[in-house]
Amino acid sequence: MPLIENGRIGEDAWSFIPDGEPVPNDRPVIISFERWQAERDSFEGRNARLGVRLKSGTLAGAIAADLDRFSLVAVEFAKFRDGRGFSTARELRERYGYTGEIRAVGHVIPDQYLYLVRTGFTSVEAPEGTNPESWANALTEVTIAFQPSLDDTAPLSLLRRKLKVG
Amino acid sequence: MNHIAPGARAGIYHYDEIDRQFVAERVEQFRKQVERRLSGELTEEEFKPVRLMNGLYLQLHAYMLRIAVPYGVMSATQLRKLAAIGRKYDRGYGHFTTRQNLQYNWIKLEDTPAILHELAEVDMHALQTSGNCVRNVTTDPFVGAAKDEVVDGRVYAEILRQWTTMHPEFTYLPRKFKIAISGAESDRAAVRIHDVGLLARRNDKGEAGFSFYVGGGLGRSPFVGKLVREWVAEEDFVAYLEAILRVYNQYGRRDNIYKARIKILVHELGLEKFTQEVEEEFARLRGPKYRLDPEIVEGVRQHFAPPPFEELPDHSEALERAKAADPAFANWLAVNVSEHKAPGYAIATVSLKPAGGIPGDATCDQMDLVADLAERHSFGELRVTHVQNLVLAHVKKDELYDLWKRLDEAGLGSANAGLIGDIIACPGLDYCALANARAIPLAQAISARFADPIRQRTIGELGIKISGCINACGHHHVGAIGILGVDKKGTEYYQITVGGDPTLTTAIGDILGPAVTETEAVDAIEAIVDVYLANRAGEGERFVDTLKRVGHAPFKERIYAAD
Repeated sequence: MPLIENGRIGEDAWSFIPDGEPVPNDRPVIISFERWQAERDSFEGRNARLGVRLKSGTLAGAIAADLDRFSLVAVEFAKFRDGRGFSTARELRERYGYTGEIRAVGHVIPDQYLYLVRTGFTSVEAPEGTNPESWANALTEVTIAFQPSLDDTAPLSLLRRKLKVG
Repeated sequence: MNHIAPGARAGIYHYDEIDRQFVAERVEQFRKQVERRLSGELTEEEFKPVRLMNGLYLQLHAYMLRIAVPYGVMSATQLRKLAAIGRKYDRGYGHFTTRQNLQYNWIKLEDTPAILHELAEVDMHALQTSGNCVRNVTTDPFVGAAKDEVVDGRVYAEILRQWTTMHPEFTYLPRKFKIAISGAESDRAAVRIHDVGLLARRNDKGEAGFSFYVGGGLGRSPFVGKLVREWVAEEDFVAYLEAILRVYNQYGRRDNIYKARIKILVHELGLEKFTQEVEEEFARLRGPKYRLDPEIVEGVRQHFAPPPFEELPDHSEALERAKAADPAFANWLAVNVSEHKAPGYAIATVSLKPAGGIPGDATCDQMDLVADLAERHSFGELRVTHVQNLVLAHVKKDELYDLWKRLDEAGLGSANAGLIGDIIACPGLDYCALANARAIPLAQAISARFADPIRQRTIGELGIKISGCINACGHHHVGAIGILGVDKKGTEYYQITVGGDPTLTTAIGDILGPAVTETEAVDAIEAIVDVYLANRAGEGERFVDTLKRVGHAPFKERIYAAD
């Protein structure tokens, strides 16, 4: 599936390994949170990067203690209307200080892309056949925000600010 | 885009270039979203929340477009534009809502980008008037004018308007989210029936702070908001709300639309556990990033500087003369006019509840007239109330008689604010796809039955609120008399509740007995009134107080005796 990064379709170095299938040791892979819970010891000593995929009902706190083991956290949106993932990402960044990649997976639409970026997501797995233009537009069509963003260290000194475009 | 400047003195937030750019960008964004829907790139399911977030709602017969009137305050220029849009794109009228907004009920989808463009000319839009986001924040319609005001709610409502606009984290909440602020001793904003109700207060140092009530709401499970924190300092205002919304966004139920409001979360977690979750988030969020800087507050406050009141004696000879000469005016004065904090001024409520009329509807000609009168008598500004009336907040006592005569000629002079004719009704089955029964015709029949203004005044304070279904948009639970439309095998029936109270002493009404038909309902209301009048201990005893004293029995007996 196309990977969206910085408003463009990018190369995806990661692959998701379904539960029960063998996990390759020589390339970056994403496993489910459930598998991680069941088989965590088997990943001791692994050299290649590891990512974990959280279902929409699994909140940031569940993975907080293990975050240093993961270079990527994939947050699933079961339905695009289910907005828990926005808080999950924000909690991962703000509360637990996670600095790795946060990827939105599942059902998300380009109209949510700006919100995803502003809550701390770095990439999005878009559906096959998606219109790349809509994702690019999503980051530039509204250039003003009224709240501090995740990447924004300035305090709430002004409610209104221009977003950095581009 | 043409920009039409509002009157400089109106107590509204005056847009600057950045605010205008934002709205223009959103209009353009929506235009593209409509195109993407038409091309099939967005499915109907995906388009729905996008369209709702732009105020466009599909009703029974047509699209409804709900225009945001931030905290119910607007300028005469803005009202005139609403009138012009109603004429051009709707059927010559608009409907003022319990969310202090205005909605058009007969809109064509293809007209909406053009309407939004016209609205933007007067710094208006329809953003976040629908959808599972933070909706228009409401406040006291007498804000900035009331004698009992402690804190100006507009300032904080505007801060919240900005902070909640396109909030990246809280735009796909489990369900809609409504906030109300009251900064006066009397609660005219019904704060405890909101998802979050805020009482703005001052401590002994004179600093502003807020009591947070959370989890109020009506609908099929009515709850009165619970006190989560007695005092949140002004600088923590945004942080505390952010904490509440984050807890709600993560833990609120998403499996059942009827259990998705924050009231259910507070109820299921329990107040203690909910408060603990919020306090934990808050403790962590608190800090420079979320601190509300006093300079921002001051900057926003400047938009709401008092208009240039003249120094006037509080007593008005002209008013006294008119009062003595014209009993109908004297009655309106007693019922619809409230005390102002500036000497020689008064607050006038313009009733949108003529006998036999549709509550909250105004024709475009009426809107134009009120806009003219607002310019002439109230610094070019007016307010929409959550009981679906309008308010001219700063009228010279000397000019009240002139004002009333003009209103009365246009059918806007009804003397019934807070009385039995001042009915709240939802759109009901005449418009709404969710309704089980019509609400408007019943409101019309009741107000026609009690048309006599003197009779209304004799009955005194008595709010009737009608909802056409259990979603309770007509707030029936908190009506002194509440009426809920139900469907029984294809026939409309009405269930009557009594004893509801939307003020700080919030109470949910109790069901009086079996549901009745539409015709019976009007008679039943009259019977309730008769029993009240026969039982009340003097003229000062309000309906709800008599009810508390004598209980339901005498009312039930009269209504259901024949059964």
